[in-house]
Amino acid sequence: MQLSAILLIIIIVQIRKHLSQNDLLPDLQALLKKGIVVVAVLFALTNIDPIQEVVRVIIDALLLLSIYIVYKREELKAYRNIMYAYIPFIILSVIKHLTTWLPESWEDEIETYVDAATAFGIIWLVAMLIIANKQNKALKSEQEKRQEEEKMKQLAEEKKAELEVLVAERTREILIQKEELQQAVEHLKATQDQLIQAEKMASLGELTAGIAHEIQNPLNFVNNFSEVNLELAEELKEDLDKMELKEDDRTHLITLVNNIRQNQDKINYHGKRADSIVKGMLQHSRKGTGQKEPVDLNEMVDEYVRLSYHGLRAKDKNFNTSIDLKLDPAITKVQVLPQDMGRALLNIINNAFYAVNEKKNEGIEGYMPTLRVTTRMIDLGRKWIYITIRDNGNGIPDNVKDKIFQPFFTTKPTGKGTGLGLSLSYDIITQGHGGQLKMSSKEGEYTEFVIKLPYS
Amino acid sequence: MKLMKILVVDDERDIQMLFEQRFRRELRAGTVELAFAFSGEEALSYLSDHHHEAVLILSDINMPGMSGLELLNLIKQRYENPPPVVMMITAYGDAENYNKAMELGADDFLTKPLDFNILKEKLKLD
Repeated sequence: MQLSAILLIIIIVQIRKHLSQNDLLPDLQALLKKGIVVVAVLFALTNIDPIQEVVRVIIDALLLLSIYIVYKREELKAYRNIMYAYIPFIILSVIKHLTTWLPESWEDEIETYVDAATAFGIIWLVAMLIIANKQNKALKSEQEKRQEEEKMKQLAEEKKAELEVLVAERTREILIQKEELQQAVEHLKATQDQLIQAEKMASLGELTAGIAHEIQNPLNFVNNFSEVNLELAEELKEDLDKMELKEDDRTHLITLVNNIRQNQDKINYHGKRADSIVKGMLQHSRKGTGQKEPVDLNEMVDEYVRLSYHGLRAKDKNFNTSIDLKLDPAITKVQVLPQDMGRALLNIINNAFYAVNEKKNEGIEGYMPTLRVTTRMIDLGRKWIYITIRDNGNGIPDNVKDKIFQPFFTTKPTGKGTGLGLSLSYDIITQGHGGQLKMSSKEGEYTEFVIKLPYS
Repeated sequence: MKLMKILVVDDERDIQMLFEQRFRRELRAGTVELAFAFSGEEALSYLSDHHHEAVLILSDINMPGMSGLELLNLIKQRYENPPPVVMMITAYGDAENYNKAMELGADDFLTKPLDFNILKEKLKLD
């Protein structure tokens, strides 16, 4: 009797626990909670005589109901194996209770069987509980294992995410490095081009100097023999005057002598011309002569701009240009070879004036010839001076940009330029002063020369 | 006028014709006597043959064999009393050559193409 009540409580508690663990059927859970109280009350009433029988029937009915519910509801499927242990005991105890209503003689006989069956039912119950317990444990460990796996998986996910962040970061770093390297390579290429250009200029300069020297030997003869010939022709003419000759012959001879003299004159003139070209070339190789002196570079630039301007004005009265000078007061005395630097500046400024004048002569409407000269001191760890000379003339075509610093290269018509001005300027600035000379230009718009000098 | 003896040293043979023509008046007048050597070695042997004479030497620098500077050095070492006047005439009028010549005791330094008016002025012939 009491056993049935206790079992009922155990079943209710177990079902409820099972439901709450798996979060199932909340309505039934609440009902079961109340059920425990009801059964507890019933349990207390089992020993009170007048209603003992009613309580017993209710408890049996509830036990059978619990079996029904467990086998009816799918949510309780997992509980069935435990319930399986209780079923024989429940059924036997119900039968036992039912037998009390049978006549005395039957009761005794059946009771013997029922008692035997009850013993079996208890053994069954214990055995089944043990099995169920085992199964539950196995299930639990299986669940734990799965949870562990889940945890590992999650951990792996986290690690993966972390790694991905790291990889992304590293990729970004590598990309930056790649870009930096690319820039460095481009820089190196540019520098290499400059070096090749500088090397070309240097070897051309040496070659030029060598040729110039050697040409002076034959020129020595050309010029001197032609001068002697002039003198000899003069003497011949004087001798002819003293001679007695027929007038026709005299006239003829004098004409011949005059022709010879004229030719010699031409030979001498062109020999001298060649000599002055050679002298110009030799200024390239005038290395190490002269002393560097501290010079106010702003003053020097100003002076040479004016010198060049007035020089051109003297040759061409129509020449006129607006000049825009911006001189950095931070620049004071700079160590330069004054004559050489002056020559370099003059060459570049003369070219600029020449360019704007040429464009002006094209008669373009609204064209204002302008020369802009600026000096600037820039501190790049080491201090440098930048002298920028920019004209708004016709610019330099792309196909000759590489050649403008080469000796004998000129865009001016024959006789107007020797082609040595810029190459000389280049030598003076790079070799003479450890600086740089760069040119940028857009055809039809401007040409800009930038002289970069160390400021020490 | 006193006779001036000039030894011209140059590897170019045309130099003889040139000097003879440019000094034709002085030669005719007998104020100048010219001698020619076409190498440094030749110049030295001329000098040892004529060591009793006062000779003015005009020498080129770039010559095959003994260079003009070597010749200058030897002359200045060998003939101390009185040291002959040596003028260098060269197409290589750069600072290095000039300084070297002066260091070795050259009396003057002229560049080619040679201006004979200047040369004559220096020789005090005009």
